[in-house]
Amino acid sequence: MERPLTHNIVPGKPPLSLAEYEKSGGYQAARKALTSMSPKEITEMVKASNLRGRGGAGFPTAQKWSFVPMGADAPQPKYLVVNADEMEPGAFKDRLLLEGDPHQLIEGVMISAFAIESEIAYIFLRKTYTLAARRILTAIAEAYEKGYLGKNIFGSGVNLSLHLHESAGRYICGEETALLNALEGKRAVPRNKPPFPPVVGLWGKPTVTNNVETICNIPHIIANGAAWFRALSRVPDGGTKIYGVSGKVQRPGAWELPLGTTIREIIEEHAGGMKEGLQLRAVLPGGASTDLLTADHLDVKMDFNSMQAADSRLGTGTMVAIDDRTCIVGLVLNIMRFFAQESCGWCTPCREGLPWAAKLLAAIEEGHGLPEDIERLELLTRLLSPGHTFCALAPGAMEPLQSALKYFEDDFHRHIKERRCPWK
Amino acid sequence: MLTFEEKKEIEALLPNYPTRQAAGIDALVILQRHRGWISDETLGQAAEFLRMTPAELDSVATFYNLIFRKPVGRHVILVCDSVSCWVMGGDTILDYLKSHLGIGFGETTPDGRFTLLPHVCLGACDKAPVMMIDDDLHVELDPETSPDRIDQLLSLYP
Ligand SMILES: Cc1cc2nc3c(=O)[nH]c(=O)nc-3n(C[C@H](O)[C@H](O)[C@H](O)COP(=O)(O)O)c2cc1C
Ligand code: SF4
Repeated sequence: MERPLTHNIVPGKPPLSLAEYEKSGGYQAARKALTSMSPKEITEMVKASNLRGRGGAGFPTAQKWSFVPMGADAPQPKYLVVNADEMEPGAFKDRLLLEGDPHQLIEGVMISAFAIESEIAYIFLRKTYTLAARRILTAIAEAYEKGYLGKNIFGSGVNLSLHLHESAGRYICGEETALLNALEGKRAVPRNKPPFPPVVGLWGKPTVTNNVETICNIPHIIANGAAWFRALSRVPDGGTKIYGVSGKVQRPGAWELPLGTTIREIIEEHAGGMKEGLQLRAVLPGGASTDLLTADHLDVKMDFNSMQAADSRLGTGTMVAIDDRTCIVGLVLNIMRFFAQESCGWCTPCREGLPWAAKLLAAIEEGHGLPEDIERLELLTRLLSPGHTFCALAPGAMEPLQSALKYFEDDFHRHIKERRCPWK
Repeated sequence: MLTFEEKKEIEALLPNYPTRQAAGIDALVILQRHRGWISDETLGQAAEFLRMTPAELDSVATFYNLIFRKPVGRHVILVCDSVSCWVMGGDTILDYLKSHLGIGFGETTPDGRFTLLPHVCLGACDKAPVMMIDDDLHVELDPETSPDRIDQLLSLYP
């Protein structure tokens, strides 16, 4: 099984230096792209690879790039931003790539920036990824030293400067328009769309934002071709995926597997199944903003379309396995408190609705919930559904709640009837 | 006044951006590293340097969980309170630290050594429960065996 994204990553070992990375075939794809391909050819190849964004929404990468105005009349400068904010609870996959192979990311940035004719790129990194920050800064310095960043890279006439921006800790900064405000040094609330960032983004200029894992795939597509990339996957969308499992399993961790691997294979084979004496009861499949699935969904494939067909989302692809001794109401309460705290406060339904949902859930969990509270929670899932709030944070917060009410309504009733948490 | 050293560090990052304002977060982080926290006075100095109003810069500073607008201890403990750590018994760690240090969340020990802050998911969910002390991540704090381990870890931060 091929593992292009992680083949250089050895747990516990420092990442490859530039020289070592080159020895293992690194920077060949960037050389090829910058010296022998046109931006259009690169975008076409990425299009044919069926790469969809790994940041959660699954937007086709080449399509996003194709919205950027190109050619001599296009506004300049244009920007490429790597979204390395990774603050979604349960997500830990970008950390692996950032700490494990920073040159792979830089090579991906070089090719992607060239594909949209951008000469300035930023890596937007969350503050607590301190090891990643040190390793990225080292790798960027090496790349400048070698002339792979800067002016006239590979003698191709292509220029690129790459900067690391360390954020200061706020989940909403991962939302791509809030991220743009954060980079501009403004309060990081989301922006109105349209205009969309590929046309009007950072400082009003065309800007593409892509997730770390998305960008890391690009060199491999250029090196090995679109057909190879599609063949890595078990579904029509191309590539591998970094899946992760946390929770009470035998071997929590992250693995690069074909896109479309089933939940069962990931939990049972790779994570070794649940710990002794525990049963799997639910799965939070792709981070805190995805709908729960149950033990009946183990054969669902973890890819964009299959997860959507199962009324959930691939999200980040890093799941939490939830055992039968963990209270679902308590779990959803924990998640709701996170979202209530991290709401940016810009729009009223989210600013007011999330704390209300957290309060209702706390009442139920603590044994003084009322039967009507369940209806109130259901009402909130509708009031904060897509289209009713300024950005996707609040609808994301509703996904675990609405699915908990759908699959585990009885747990809520038991809390209310017994006036306590039956799992404590 | 910003010190020579502080100015030099901030100025080194200005070329990364087309505006001075964009270096706001970097400036706040740098000043926080030197001064421990961002007082009103520090905020005013930074704003002046960035040619912003203090109110504009404060609207940014107060937005972030890790820009401290109140004094903190010599070491800041960030304990993950998000879902994976919660499933793995992270509450026990939070409770232990509170009672062991004798302070609540957001508080600082009377000797000025530690500030205790619950924090959102630290992105190390496969090694839950986890916490950070200053820039260091500490993982696999097993609730059953952790009191000793946590004591040991704390002793590394005088
Ligand atoms: C509240 C919120 C937080 C987000 N956080 C992240 C994040 O940390 N990293 C990320 O790549 N995408 C995040 N996203 C998705 C981004 O808005 C954007 O879709 C993504 O970075 C695009 O990259 P992709 O096309 O490569 O997937 C977040 C979205 C929302 C609504
Ligand atoms: S939905 Fe929440 S996070 Fe998004 S803009 Fe509204 S208040 Fe801010």
